[in-house]
Amino acid sequence: MFQNLQDKLDRAFKVLKGQGNITEINVAETMKEIRKALLDADVNYKTAKAFTDEVKQKALGQNVLTSISPGQLLTKIMNDELTTLMGGSATELDLSKNPTVILIAGLNGAGKTTFSGKLAKYLKEKKGRKPLLVAGDVYRPAAIDQLQVLGQQVDVPVYADRESTDPIGIAKAGVAEAKQKGYNLVIVDTAGRLAIDEALMNEISAVKEATQPHEILFVVDAMTGQDAVNTAKAFNDRLDFTGAVLTKLDGDTRGGAALSIKSVVNKPIKFIGTGEKMDALDVFHPDRMASRILGM
Amino acid sequence: VGKSTVDDEVLDDLEEVLVTSDVGVTTTLKIIERIQARVARDKYVSTSELHSILREEIQALLAENNSADFEHFEYGEHKPYVIMVVGVNGVGKTTTIGKLAHQLKEAGNSVVLGAADTFRAAAVDQIKLWGERVGVRVVAQAMGSDPASVAYDTVKSAVANGDDVAIIDTAGRLHNKVALMNELTKIKQVMQKVVPGAPHEILLVLDASTGQNAIEQCKQFTQATDVNALALTKLDGTAKGGVVIGISDQFKIPVKYIGVGEKIGDLQLFNKKEFVDSLFK
Ligand SMILES: Nc1nc2c(ncn2[C@@H]2O[C@H](COP(=O)(O)OP(=O)(O)OP(=O)(O)O)[C@@H](O)[C@H]2O)c(=O)[nH]1
Ligand SMILES: Nc1nc2c(ncn2[C@@H]2O[C@H](COP(=O)(O)OP(=O)(O)OP(=O)(O)O)[C@@H](O)[C@H]2O)c(=O)[nH]1
Ligand SMILES: [K+]
Ligand SMILES: [Mg+2]
Ligand SMILES: [Mg+2]
Repeated sequence: MFQNLQDKLDRAFKVLKGQGNITEINVAETMKEIRKALLDADVNYKTAKAFTDEVKQKALGQNVLTSISPGQLLTKIMNDELTTLMGGSATELDLSKNPTVILIAGLNGAGKTTFSGKLAKYLKEKKGRKPLLVAGDVYRPAAIDQLQVLGQQVDVPVYADRESTDPIGIAKAGVAEAKQKGYNLVIVDTAGRLAIDEALMNEISAVKEATQPHEILFVVDAMTGQDAVNTAKAFNDRLDFTGAVLTKLDGDTRGGAALSIKSVVNKPIKFIGTGEKMDALDVFHPDRMASRILGM
Repeated sequence: VGKSTVDDEVLDDLEEVLVTSDVGVTTTLKIIERIQARVARDKYVSTSELHSILREEIQALLAENNSADFEHFEYGEHKPYVIMVVGVNGVGKTTTIGKLAHQLKEAGNSVVLGAADTFRAAAVDQIKLWGERVGVRVVAQAMGSDPASVAYDTVKSAVANGDDVAIIDTAGRLHNKVALMNELTKIKQVMQKVVPGAPHEILLVLDASTGQNAIEQCKQFTQATDVNALALTKLDGTAKGGVVIGISDQFKIPVKYIGVGEKIGDLQLFNKKEFVDSLFK
């Protein structure tokens, strides 16, 4: 599709005169191509606009009569700019507290429960923690069973209370259980919810109050389109989350939502999900994501 | 005061509305071109008229390539009418099946569900709970068993039991995974050994919050299974689901159902007019 963004940019440039320096005049067509490419990659409309303006400013006056083509030059500028925007380097979790409490939140079906299992495995095996998973979804049919199956797969115990329909009480009891039994890490899975569902958003705020988490991770599907900004903003307004997780990147989506989320809430993306299995977890690398969004 | 041409500012606004609804640049440009053509033809057009023209053009675009809106939760002539439900991970397949089973049962049909997602953790438990909730039978095997065999059992059981409708759940899978897509083709073919022509409906479930990737999903799932109906879920949120406009333009597959919540009653038949109106809310 637009693996050939660079070619397109070269072509856009060729039809224009005065290739010596990048000028206002010869840059317009090119910016259109860039904007379309970003929108095709699901970067938010406003973010794409702001970004192309930024790139334009950086590009203006640059001399293109060097060994590289204008397309190459522009994609390099964009790649650098995107990488910086998305946080420069990978951001780690703060695991200094005992127990460290991590709250997982997000829209329906984003991949929260799967990620909870993966994170437990990762922190246990790679960071030497002793995790407890907490089954805080009392709504979705078989949500507890799902987390328990995953807990078994990664060999991490799950705190659940099948009698209770109160996610706040369950989360609190889960943290208490961890303290009592000497787990130094608690991961609280929660039900999927829409950002405009007042009752459920109040509920997750209350879960936060009750458990005082050290990390709150907003889990979002990498295939999300223009709505990513609304959702990220609404969850951030309510929870002031500490990081985002981008799931299902084993697909072929460009993942422009990553850029939108970062630019609207300015929180780091900490992990990516790359499959359904429990080891399909990676730390987030802004530079790789930048190349992906640009299709390079 | 009317204008004979549409000024750039108005078009920019339209573009923003469409693109932020996930309509996609290509389809947005196509719609805008249609409007420009119409404005050139009809001459005087005010900004307010322009908005109703826009709605009409999008509805027309949806209608050109689709049948009329469905009026009932109907299942056609076949008995059992077999529905196979496919889609990427987490879009709402299993929930849609629960909700659809409820609608069909309310309409007086006897329905059986097939738990052919034997892969995702507790998927069988989840659909069994939906079966209990709705009050319909669920045909299932152990986790990890062959999904094609579950589908086969389900259709066979529907025939034996004289059921009107059989709905087969499948595991979520990303469309770029060749082995998993081939598995779907196999699940589909196995059912034809019991009921020639089955599955009669292959329902691709799309999540309204998905962006342009939904187009590729549609392409790949259609290639593997001849998708002939779409369901658009999670429209109760702020996402508009505009990508289905481009999809129905390219693939000529009707959107049949929409999901508007997690509860049993939260499934509706797609209505073009209401859908287009919601883009501008
Ligand atoms: N391919 C792929 N699938 C994933 C990934 N992460 C999660 N999934 C799948 O996405 C689907 C939804 O995952 P869940 O973990 O149940 O999502 P959730 O956010 O807990 O869903 P709710 O609790 O219903 O809101 C499942 O089929 C998972 O296997 C990923 O990184 N890649
Ligand atoms: N708000 C809302 N949530 C929905 C809707 N449809 C499904 N969901 C929720 O989305 C999440 C995922 O739904 P599932 O039915 O498990 O999705 P699936 O496609 O079967 O998932 P996999 O089998 O894991 O691929 C659950 O939390 C559902 O309650 C809808 O129309 N609106
Ligand atoms: K909506
Ligand atoms: Mg979950
Ligand atoms: Mg399912």
